[in-house]
Amino acid sequence: MNEMSDLYQELILDHKRHPRNFREMPDATRAVDGHNPLCGDQLRLFVKVSDRRVEDVSFVGVGCAISMASASMLTEAVKGKTVEEAERLFADVHDLLTSAHPRTDPAALGNLGVLAGVHEYPMRVKCATLSWHTLDTALNTEEDSVTTE
Amino acid sequence: MSAAILSTATAPWVVERVRRDFPILDQQVHGYPLAYLDNAATTQKPRVVLDTLEHYYRHDNANVHRGVHLLAERATGDFEAARESVRRFINARSTREIVFVRGTTEAINLVASSFGQGLREGDEVILTAMEHHANIVPWQLLRERTGIVLRVLPITPAGELDLDALPGLFSTRTRLLAVTHASNALGTINPITDIVSVAREHEVPVLLDGAQAVPHLRVDVQALDCDFYAFSGHKLFGPTGIGVLYGRESMLEAMPPYQGGGEMIRTVSFEKTTFAGLPHRFEAGTPDIAGAIGLGRAIEYLEGLDWEAAMAHEARLLDHATQSLEEVPGLRIIGQARDKVALVSFVMDDVHPHDMGTILDHRGLAVRAGHHCAMPVMTYFRVPATSRASMAFYNTFEEIDRLADALRYARELLA
Repeated sequence: MNEMSDLYQELILDHKRHPRNFREMPDATRAVDGHNPLCGDQLRLFVKVSDRRVEDVSFVGVGCAISMASASMLTEAVKGKTVEEAERLFADVHDLLTSAHPRTDPAALGNLGVLAGVHEYPMRVKCATLSWHTLDTALNTEEDSVTTE
Repeated sequence: MSAAILSTATAPWVVERVRRDFPILDQQVHGYPLAYLDNAATTQKPRVVLDTLEHYYRHDNANVHRGVHLLAERATGDFEAARESVRRFINARSTREIVFVRGTTEAINLVASSFGQGLREGDEVILTAMEHHANIVPWQLLRERTGIVLRVLPITPAGELDLDALPGLFSTRTRLLAVTHASNALGTINPITDIVSVAREHEVPVLLDGAQAVPHLRVDVQALDCDFYAFSGHKLFGPTGIGVLYGRESMLEAMPPYQGGGEMIRTVSFEKTTFAGLPHRFEAGTPDIAGAIGLGRAIEYLEGLDWEAAMAHEARLLDHATQSLEEVPGLRIIGQARDKVALVSFVMDDVHPHDMGTILDHRGLAVRAGHHCAMPVMTYFRVPATSRASMAFYNTFEEIDRLADALRYARELLA
């Protein structure tokens, strides 16, 4: 049976079952809570930024497969990137998931391209973008929490 | 379901026939026939209700209680006839006790706001840990305004109220007990007779949140001996935007108006305004006339059904759903009360309710996933959310079987 395989792709399921960088980070430079009050998803994202570069990134939390997998893939994708590169990734992922006609080519985003499938499930887009909004808040603001409603 | 319902129900229930009364049920969702199992959120509307709404706007639309023209007379007559249908349906003594509001939420807010004006700092209101947010937040707002104290009756692991703890919650300052008749998150039917008799010993009035009870139980406000009873039209196969507050006449008589405006006055001058009598004193502004008439029609539709057979069908659906879901690996039912309305709340290991909702939707199964506006219940059971399949008399055994199949599939896919 392969129904819904556009949403629950193998890569997403793998990240859901084995989330990467799922740990607290005592020496993080920023720790931000992301919360989706509509479905109860919540995570805490840790980043260690030095010289405008994301040296380390990790997360802990509870949520649906999409939100957990997206957060896990985020940590793999932005680790080692400059803050500007991470911001560009956020913009691309946001465009891919929320635009009526995304300009971003999923293939150009590597593993993150699998998130394109979420576009067809409007009720689930916020699950996938929660960790990315949390990252944006961590890198660009002084806020300690963010909610998506 | 209660023994009383089971013992009286023997007539056959032809579900296919009743389904034909609900046009919306006949559609495909993601390539599957729609299985609508979200009736605790809102119920579908029979064709007669849809026709009534259209007929009203096509032929009778006018404002009520004002004009002397024929349309106003028809609209007013139908509107007040709907009030009489509601009175009959819940066996109130008088239509003076039937206040039309937007829904259960507004009904409770009305009581918190109006009855609440008589409460002072240190007065106490008893709630339960099973309440919908609609029966929590209005009391918290009142607490902020007046400094009342909220006391909360706990629940047990089975999802029942801990009645042993109830007498200890009363004090000389207790002014009201506000409790749900049936839980939207767990399905539990509460033993209202026992609860009211404890409240009576302390001479404390009782408000019942009947949103989840009226679609499933025969409600008789005189037999329940409650002082307020709140419910929504849209959960009773009627339109959205209309609901009912039943208030014992002596209680309503003593309460100040809720909102001010037209409809609720007798005379107005800048020096002094005198208010209309019951129930209009609590119905400021133009009401949802079509909604009220639609609700009256929904009630007539229900009265035309073999109610005992319908309820027996629901009891069998609940038994079948409980048994089928218990057999699904990794699934845990939240709420195992002895007396339940036809709903099953559940969680599954390694499958978040939000994913569950999406997967079931793609099998044509409409269920609710989330905290069900009852976050204290979720906290008690230590789950962030549950999935909930809630049934009505038009659901089928086959739909429950499809649900069980889809749950197995969800586990295969995600766990």
